[in-house]
Amino acid sequence: MQALKNASLSQRISNFLFLRPRLFLALLLLPPVFWLGVVYLGSLLTLLVQSFYYLDGFTGQVVRKFTLITYGELLTRSNLDIIGRTAGMAATVTLAAVLLAFPLAYYTTKHASPRSKAILYLSVMLPLWSSYLVRVYAWKLILSKEGIVSWFFNQLSLSWLLEGILQLPAIGGPSLSISPIGLFVVFVYVWLPYMVLPIQAALERVPGSLLEASEDLGANSLRTFLHITLPLAFPGVVAGSIFTFSLTLGDFIVPSVLGNSSFFIGQAVLSHQGTSGNIPLAAALTTVPMAIMAVYLIIARKLGAFEAL
Amino acid sequence: MNAKFLLKLVSLFIGLSLVLSACGGAQPAETVGGPLQEIGEGEGQVDIIAWAGYIEKGETDPAFDWATDYEAATGCKVNIKVAATSDEMVALMNEGGFDLVTASGDASLRLISGGKVQEINTDLVPRWNTVDSRLQNAPWHTVDGKHYGVPYQWGSNVLMYSTEAFGDSPPTSWEVVFKEMSLPDGESNKGRVQAFDGPIYVADAALYLKQAQPELGIDDPYALTRDQFNAALNVLREQRKIVGRYWHDAFVQMDDFKNEGVVASSSWPFQVNLLQAEGEPIASVIPVEGATGWADTTMMHIEAPHPNCAYKWLDHSINPKLQGDLAAWFGSVPVVLEACSGNALLGDQGCTTNGLDNFEKIWFWKTPVADCGGGKECVPYHEWVTNYIAVIGGR
Repeated sequence: MQALKNASLSQRISNFLFLRPRLFLALLLLPPVFWLGVVYLGSLLTLLVQSFYYLDGFTGQVVRKFTLITYGELLTRSNLDIIGRTAGMAATVTLAAVLLAFPLAYYTTKHASPRSKAILYLSVMLPLWSSYLVRVYAWKLILSKEGIVSWFFNQLSLSWLLEGILQLPAIGGPSLSISPIGLFVVFVYVWLPYMVLPIQAALERVPGSLLEASEDLGANSLRTFLHITLPLAFPGVVAGSIFTFSLTLGDFIVPSVLGNSSFFIGQAVLSHQGTSGNIPLAAALTTVPMAIMAVYLIIARKLGAFEAL
Repeated sequence: MNAKFLLKLVSLFIGLSLVLSACGGAQPAETVGGPLQEIGEGEGQVDIIAWAGYIEKGETDPAFDWATDYEAATGCKVNIKVAATSDEMVALMNEGGFDLVTASGDASLRLISGGKVQEINTDLVPRWNTVDSRLQNAPWHTVDGKHYGVPYQWGSNVLMYSTEAFGDSPPTSWEVVFKEMSLPDGESNKGRVQAFDGPIYVADAALYLKQAQPELGIDDPYALTRDQFNAALNVLREQRKIVGRYWHDAFVQMDDFKNEGVVASSSWPFQVNLLQAEGEPIASVIPVEGATGWADTTMMHIEAPHPNCAYKWLDHSINPKLQGDLAAWFGSVPVVLEACSGNALLGDQGCTTNGLDNFEKIWFWKTPVADCGGGKECVPYHEWVTNYIAVIGGR
């Protein structure tokens, strides 16, 4: 009796919904749309709205009125410095990651035996499984003035070389861990796997038949590489660069442990939204990496990065 | 089905979330109903927000335990929520659900004006009269004659230096970290000194100027007029040239003294004690200009779920044994002077080492505000932030 009643209820519901397909669709879409609309885009938009408010210098209170004052503050020299420093670091890190990752990925996919392939895959992935913080602090020790890198230079009587490098203007400093060079090294280290994996995936998809056809037609290996492999794998490079570029752009841990204490965007956001309560400026600063990434993605799309995904 | 329908649905939700976020903005401060008049039966637990290492249950080192005896005596279980910054403490208190917080001078007034903490009835804290008289009416927890907390512990920033580099002539002025000069070991201090990377460090520069350039008329390093503030920034710009990197993490700073050749910096007694315990050639001094410092107060949430246990903790928190043990553990100074003698962990010199006699020389941390009293207009904290970021960035 009870079962019959339940059955008839579910029957009724399904009849009800069958006759109203739009309502049914709306119910099905509710959870994902809620997530996308409220949690994801909603919070982003609130952020955007915040950036159009401004902080009253006298009271220290946020004034909830539409204004462009806060965006004007982004154009002060120190903020432009921060943006330029962060974007410049992200670009160089990305470039270096491509140069390191491509040969590695190429060897892994095209030449390594199945056994060494597995080992290589594992060693690329391995660092991702340990704590990011521990690795960053470990690098601070490695690169410190009395760390192993300096010791190595000393043993080889090459201290003058290290000194010379650290004397370089703009990128030098008292020691490797305190200079922008050290910061760069650690950034490349922590984000490299995110470059290697997409390139590997792209190279895996380059059909062997095309390479054979190229050779059959008399192209040498350099020509084959430049005209077949590279164009086909390039979307993978762009996909990897999206990761390394945006991750460097948003990171605030590495520059707080290494480097010469000059701020990156993430650190500036952190201190503005903290005790100073300058949420509008923090929000405006946050839109900068978003704008940079938007431009970057448009270019990446032109280069066909999304067709390969 | 079609894209238009989906778009409508998404935009509906976005609109909704915006409306919700707008509504959640301003909430009126709650009215205070007056403090508790009598302590009743304990509620079985007390929830405390504290700095790391501030409330120890003997889990890190069995010798340092000042919660277990309280639990046994009152039947109130102590739950600790560790917070890393003053902002985090304020955020947690705004969220609610906690009884007590060990708030520093920058957080305490914000909590009081935000209506998040309640007035303390000092009659219900029997040991109140043993508190150092200099702290009983301190402005960071007393507003309009009402006490919003019980002092817990205080400490000062110190000038930490390497005895190897300074030999027999230890530094006496903060000048050694602000101006390029040659140190007793014959080498320049360039790249061998550090500064704190929080904007509040501007006050350290102002404190140095107070003595170095008396014509500026700096009175309180946390209340700076535009001219005084700019002068402090100039000092900090000069300092940028000799500072390799700024510090904010105590353990990173200790590592810098050991491995990066740093020989002088503003620091906390905490690092000095630990480095000395490791046998490093380190000492510290409070220079002639005095120093900045912190004073923490245990404050009670306006809607504390366990007020009876909380009051019992407030009284327990200023017993001499706890105060002495905590001072030994944290490198701070007790708020109860009785704690300074006869404590095995602290030793009889402990209070002096941690700065007890320097109380008058210490400028306790407080949030700089635009309206700094006396009809003066001062530079507010958010400008300290933007300008200090610029200085560190080399501007």
